Amino acid sequence: MSKVAITGMGIISAIGDSVEENFNALLSGKTGISVIENIETIHKDSIKVGEIKKSNEELLQQLQISGANDFSRTAMLGAIAAKQAVKNAGIININDYKTGLISATSVGGMDMTERFFYDYLENEENRRYINANDGGNLSHNIADYLGLQGTVTTISTACSSAANAIMLGARLIKSKKLDRVIVGGTDALSKFTINGFKTLMILSDTYNTPFDNNRKGLNLGEAAAFLVLESDEIVQKENKKVLAYVSGYGNANDAFHQTASSENGEGAFLAMEKALKVANLSPENIDYINAHGTATQNNDLSEGRAIERIFGKNTPEFSSTKPFTGHTLAAAAAIEAVYSVLALQNNIIFPNLNFQEKMEEFDLVPETKLKEKNLQHVLSNSFGFGGNCSTLIFSKS
Amino acid sequence: MKKVYINGLGCISCQKTFDTDFLEEAVLLENQNKNVVSAIEPVYKDYISPSAIRRMAKGVKNGIVASAMALKDATISEVDAIITGTGMGCIEDSEKFLKAIIDNNEEFLTPTSFIQSTHNTVGGQIALGMQCKGYNFTYVNGANSFESALLDAKLQLENDENASVLVGGIDEHAHYTMEFYKVAGLIKNDDETNFSVLKSTSEGYVSGEGASFFVLENEKKANSYAEILDVSIFNSLEINQVEKEILDFLQQNLVSLEEIDAVVLGYNGDGKQDDYYRNISETIFKNLPQVYYKHLSGEFFTASSFGLWMASKILKTQMIPKISSVNSMEKESYKTILLYNQYRGKDHSFTLIKHADA
Amino acid sequence: MEALKLELKEKIIKVLNLEDIAVEDVNDDDALFGDGLGLDSIDALELIVMLDKDYGIKLLDPKEGKAIFQSINSMSAYITEHRTK
Repeated sequence: MSKVAITGMGIISAIGDSVEENFNALLSGKTGISVIENIETIHKDSIKVGEIKKSNEELLQQLQISGANDFSRTAMLGAIAAKQAVKNAGIININDYKTGLISATSVGGMDMTERFFYDYLENEENRRYINANDGGNLSHNIADYLGLQGTVTTISTACSSAANAIMLGARLIKSKKLDRVIVGGTDALSKFTINGFKTLMILSDTYNTPFDNNRKGLNLGEAAAFLVLESDEIVQKENKKVLAYVSGYGNANDAFHQTASSENGEGAFLAMEKALKVANLSPENIDYINAHGTATQNNDLSEGRAIERIFGKNTPEFSSTKPFTGHTLAAAAAIEAVYSVLALQNNIIFPNLNFQEKMEEFDLVPETKLKEKNLQHVLSNSFGFGGNCSTLIFSKS
Repeated sequence: MKKVYINGLGCISCQKTFDTDFLEEAVLLENQNKNVVSAIEPVYKDYISPSAIRRMAKGVKNGIVASAMALKDATISEVDAIITGTGMGCIEDSEKFLKAIIDNNEEFLTPTSFIQSTHNTVGGQIALGMQCKGYNFTYVNGANSFESALLDAKLQLENDENASVLVGGIDEHAHYTMEFYKVAGLIKNDDETNFSVLKSTSEGYVSGEGASFFVLENEKKANSYAEILDVSIFNSLEINQVEKEILDFLQQNLVSLEEIDAVVLGYNGDGKQDDYYRNISETIFKNLPQVYYKHLSGEFFTASSFGLWMASKILKTQMIPKISSVNSMEKESYKTILLYNQYRGKDHSFTLIKHADA
Repeated sequence: MEALKLELKEKIIKVLNLEDIAVEDVNDDDALFGDGLGLDSIDALELIVMLDKDYGIKLLDPKEGKAIFQSINSMSAYITEHRTK
């Protein structure tokens, strides 16, 4: 088995509550970037975000969870997306095969911790959220919500987290350790990350413009997305519809700096190279690149250089979908996996919104309009702090 | 499929686990009059440059030193991959940044503690120091964070995707988080001291911290400690389901109960939670040497990495330190050891290791 | 300006946690970044916050910091000219 079947997807982001809603927004060029409403922050007017315009109460209602619980917002988003994916895959009894859940997060339950930090020691009321701070707890929330009893774990490697979750899931199925894995990531907006990125001076005060010469930085976003990966045996036995395949993956470390990427994009280059090798493909087989493209000075230069090094003069069409959703941190690779699958299924390339002027360092120009093209293989990049670089390749079913 | 060997180890913990042989200087945490115990620190300056140290919290420093010790023990200087597990991540810096946000109303914040707070900082810093551009993952899943890392490493080595992997479990204390855990009843109250982990009936555990690192390779070497036969994790199990899972686990690995020479259990003194271990101690493991360690390491999400350190040392030295024996049973030789850990009914893990020459 | 230079040296050592370095070790025209004191881009961001908090100077583009933070001399000259606190 060289590629792993994707049989279900679920997503919630600033551009929609379902795969269909997200797809329609991508087709109509409708961005989800706006002014922040759910969080009180002094930076309200100097940033823009990809916010899901639902309160925690509304999310819990959607999940049909009432009464006291320890779901952080991150867990709520994750549970919504995971449930959608499981339903989409036509799974009735989640424990009828050796099943696992591999989730990814960077915020974890911080959205609760930051609300109740001093309160915890004074009042009993919200102490149930103390448990929710660590990243693993929300995976438990999601697994319990799905009724899953099995292998559950969580990856946290900053912005490449969900790609790594998908990668591990694929490897577990290929090595027959598991028959089925639900993989993806989730992150909610939080004061912690808003202020964190502000101190790094990489937040834009306007709409993010990936690969543009005048790019000012990123817009943070929140989202969750999960895919269901299943073994060939299950696909055949249950006659499942395969949405697409995970055919390649690679993870490498830039080993350059804690937060900045190297100028020649070494980590990114190595990750893409590895993914192509695993997929047994050459660069010219790639029909579309869904770039990491955060619109920071550093990433777009580094990623652009790496793309040039891999693809040379034959860079395929590429775009970043972060102008639609914002940078959703640990969820980014998961929502972009969903978009990559949608691209393959519909033979369509999504636009890199807001782009105006090519970067002076090279000749790379992203697609700025929807483009129809026969797609066989899509490459998706996600790069995070700690030099963590991951690439996934999705192929048509 | 290739076999997987533990070829080097390094451990920083609440005991003197470096520059010693095997717990000969161990001190019971139960008698220390506090329920949040700090790790014994090495001389960080011997391993890390001043310009790097100045930004690092304890967890990162301990991780870097423990990994350096493991590499030295394995007599190698490079690895193909680095995989870490941490339950809480870099909470010292998380707290620092969060407190600054709240106290200063989001003004005059500086980036260092934010940058250092991402969970994969330890893995990232080790890679930076070694200039290792290979596979680098960090698992953050409560009490099976370390076992997740171990599983991943084993998968890589078995399939020859990589030939050497540095695997570690790290957790650190931070003031507020530990206070929160006390009010949540997870850590024993301050007024409760001088109790035996094995006999304690009250809620909560003694919290420790530390970093344990292992060099895993798919090549047996003269100094190999053990072969890792299998690692298995479960998100949740009832007490009465554990025995069957263990027996299934052993059966899948074609190992009979009789072949197990010792079992390492994660007793942590947290009242009824320890029934998970008590139950099987009195049934399937009744006639086996039983070992425990959290009365030495303290409980924390990656404390089970200390357990694996201990099990590896038992196989190497062929003895169980008296201080960590549950039932004072001994065997003439130790070839196969089973480890079982869980946390409040969740994150169960079974690990099976065998003497490298067995 | 001498008092300011001394103050800056003390602040830099404190803010950037340079435990091993004393005020006497830092010369007014030593390069602070790269080969000199060995500071990096994260330190630059820390110093930008210090400029705002202690001297009321807001830098909007981190790249501006490169020239300002070249040495104690360049820092004190800039602060003297632009400080609002």
